[in-house]
Amino acid sequence: MHLISWLFPLSALLLAPLLSGIINRVKAYFAGRKGPSILQLYYDLFKLMHKSSVYSRSTSLVIRLAPAVILTCLVLACLILPWGGFPAPVSFAGDFILLIYLLGLARFATVLAALDTGSAFEGMGASREVQFSAVAEPSLLLGFLVLIMHTGSLGLAGIASGITIVDWQIAAPLLVLVAFAWFFIMLAENSRMPVDDPNTHLELTMIHEVMVLDYSSADFALIQYGAALKLWIFGGLLVNLIIPVKFDVVWLQAVTFLGGMFLISLLIGITESITARLKLLNVPKVLVSAGAFSLIALIIKLVESYQ
Amino acid sequence: MELMLLGCLLQILGGLIALAVRDNNKASLTANLSVWLGCALAAIPVISVLSGNSINPVRLEWSLTGSQLVFGLDTLSAFFCLPFLVISPLAAMYGRSYLGNPERRLGSHWLFFNLLVASMLLLLTAQNVIMFIIVWEVMAVSSFFLVMHDHEQEKVRKAGWTYLIATHIGTIALLVFFAILGSETHSLDFGGIIANRKMIVHTGALFVLAIFGFGVKAGFFPLHVWLPEAHPAAPSHVSALMSGVMIKTGIYGILRTITLIGYTDAYLGWALVIIGIISGVTGVVFALAQHDLKRLLAYHSVENIGIITIGIGVGVLGIAWKLPALVFLGFGGGLLHVLNHALFKSLLFLGAGAVSHGTGTLDIELLGGLLKKMRWTAWTFLIGAAAIAGLPPFNGFISEFYIYFAGISGVRAFTPGPIILAAFVMVSLALIGGLAVACFSKAFGIVFLGEARTTKAANVHEADLQMLTPMVILAGLCVLIGLAAPLTVYLVKAPLGTLAGSDGFDFTGIMHHTRTVFGYVALIFGILYIISLVFYLIKKLLPRANQVSTTGTWDCGYAAPTARMQYTASSFAQPLTELFRSLLRTRKTSSRIKGYFPANTEFHTETPDVAKEGIFAPIFRLINNRISPLRQMQHGNLSGYLLYIAITLIVLLIWKAGF
Repeated sequence: MHLISWLFPLSALLLAPLLSGIINRVKAYFAGRKGPSILQLYYDLFKLMHKSSVYSRSTSLVIRLAPAVILTCLVLACLILPWGGFPAPVSFAGDFILLIYLLGLARFATVLAALDTGSAFEGMGASREVQFSAVAEPSLLLGFLVLIMHTGSLGLAGIASGITIVDWQIAAPLLVLVAFAWFFIMLAENSRMPVDDPNTHLELTMIHEVMVLDYSSADFALIQYGAALKLWIFGGLLVNLIIPVKFDVVWLQAVTFLGGMFLISLLIGITESITARLKLLNVPKVLVSAGAFSLIALIIKLVESYQ
Repeated sequence: MELMLLGCLLQILGGLIALAVRDNNKASLTANLSVWLGCALAAIPVISVLSGNSINPVRLEWSLTGSQLVFGLDTLSAFFCLPFLVISPLAAMYGRSYLGNPERRLGSHWLFFNLLVASMLLLLTAQNVIMFIIVWEVMAVSSFFLVMHDHEQEKVRKAGWTYLIATHIGTIALLVFFAILGSETHSLDFGGIIANRKMIVHTGALFVLAIFGFGVKAGFFPLHVWLPEAHPAAPSHVSALMSGVMIKTGIYGILRTITLIGYTDAYLGWALVIIGIISGVTGVVFALAQHDLKRLLAYHSVENIGIITIGIGVGVLGIAWKLPALVFLGFGGGLLHVLNHALFKSLLFLGAGAVSHGTGTLDIELLGGLLKKMRWTAWTFLIGAAAIAGLPPFNGFISEFYIYFAGISGVRAFTPGPIILAAFVMVSLALIGGLAVACFSKAFGIVFLGEARTTKAANVHEADLQMLTPMVILAGLCVLIGLAAPLTVYLVKAPLGTLAGSDGFDFTGIMHHTRTVFGYVALIFGILYIISLVFYLIKKLLPRANQVSTTGTWDCGYAAPTARMQYTASSFAQPLTELFRSLLRTRKTSSRIKGYFPANTEFHTETPDVAKEGIFAPIFRLINNRISPLRQMQHGNLSGYLLYIAITLIVLLIWKAGF
């Protein structure tokens, strides 16, 4: 375990709030507005930390504990996420399963905290969240299976460093299919358009934002920060897949990875600007299609390997 | 080994004394003491076997068929004894307070309870076919009487009958199974069967019978019909014992069959994996649609039995494909899940019992907000819920990780079979896991969080110390196994010697590898506890941390919110049940809205078991129609019955004289 490998999760913790700044600027550009500062989320977090708290009378210790648990899960997931050619501080065979299940625990805590308030709206959001993730998880894992087969490595570190320019030359269709599937899962898991509209102002139509209605002050800051980290983690998985240039020089790799993250934010911003929101009933269908993409990739790989 | 038998004898004796004692308190105490002492005695040989010693079996002569009566303990039996020895005393302790001191005498209840515990332990040690079937029947019948505890309620009687009929249909299959096995190997001892296993001809038929017969007890879909009936009807400590440990005898039976016949073809592995996936997915989907907390938990048993069976199937495929990693991780995951499921499912059933004890209802829609008054029950239930959903940092994640890891390890074999297996296993486990999270968010969230929906839920009281202690112990074990994950490789290695010992696999490499991986996992779990606490405490250091105000939940400006406006369990699960509507066939009844300002309306959903309604009900109706003409023979006319006897005697006489 290199000391230097700790630098990556540390910078993830520092830079994650930047992503939503970039996305919002892109959206503002498309809408012809000037848009908020790119550092807006940092200001928000700072401001929230200095507010006093308000809790609902209906709530219990669950909602007070949930933000800490959620953020811990996401911080730990950052420890498992590799940066291109550099393995994460904690990396072992099958680590991606732990990563997915840590996100699962974070979701469980979010959903329970939402139900803790006894609000019908938050119940609605919680119900949608568990439905979409139950469909999204198998699709995500199928994508991993394709990459395991392709790279022959059982851990994230090997998968991330194993996808090189050569692979994109010989197995592009496979990787494109997985990348498409993962991109959509990323949008769904992070409550972005076309699955959920982060800017909506009607509680009835929200998913993630409605579950966090009753948080205030530091709790809300932890939740917002957690959401930024979650986007960073999914973005990071995708960057490792679609940016095939891997270096073993720290600063080169860091710059490439961050460039990739910038690209992902641009992509999300553009997608959000040019798509309309899906009907909620159609979201599972699209998520299943994402799974089908990975399945097709798996079948291609199987046929190609054992003809 | 003698200690084990002595323990069982003590438990039966304790049950008999409890039956004889007039005072309920004394009866409960006697039964409890004998169960504890019996389990403590039995634990000595079990631990000794698991730590690598071998124990001489007890051989007794008996008059039947020239075979010997053998009780022995190999590593497989010893491993299965573990959950039995942990859960039985805890369930007994809980039951003593749960049943309290009613007007009715409890002696018979405790007799059957002790008989059930003793028969399960004897079943695991019996190494003779006849003895195996006898204790199997004792187990079935004593648990039937335990289910019938509240027999004055009609639905309990119905549930009891369903269970009795289902378990005997299974037993018929087992009788045929053992008859074929015995006649082909010319032996009724397990040792003799193994020695003559080359003489077995009908291997395929034997496995079909075994999977059917043991599958009824384990609860494979669609043979699971008795579980969602019997578990809600039984008292909670009995549900915990039945769902937590008794159904595992079915899994034990299948594993024992594999060791007896020594047949580990890829077909069997695939069959088990497919059965496991079907049970796992349908179990959790049906659980989502339930309104009754214990019925919901019963369907989760079907789901978890599915996960265990997937693991075992992967292990069998590992033997067939000669991949030690799959053997170790598949069997290991399945076996560890047997233990883990016993812990968290018993915990959840005991928690459900505390809820019904405190509120008088198990209907999820009528509860809510229980956490505020039942702190201990709620938090232990939450640990159980997270564990059963396979979430870190608890034990359920560890055993599911074994099976996931088995799936991905096969990918490196570079043949298509293991890769297709990996896709099946990973997708189904992820789907089951996602749906289980949804289901337990619903179960915990609607029952324990928010506001009380009815006065029953508002006037709840916390369970007493005797009921809470077993729950806290079980929750503690769920946490502990999560943190001690690397050590589990030694625990599951022991029974592997019996299961795959003769195949000459070397598990050292994969064991070492797995231990390293779980070292990281446990490290992350440890950090998870610590950082969560740090984040929680750090909030207290912020500038305005002590300025806290309380208000109502945000309701979009509505002035008078009531508890009835909360989201219900049915609405919570609706998007998912709608997704699986073709499987669930939920019946909806609602009244039409009349007029412009309707004051009342109603909506009711019910999800009957699709296997019961679609498969078993028509079969039983058909049988009933065919044999109902025979009822005319039973006319109640005494002279008619005398005529039957006379005819029978004459026929026998002619038969005997004629040949």
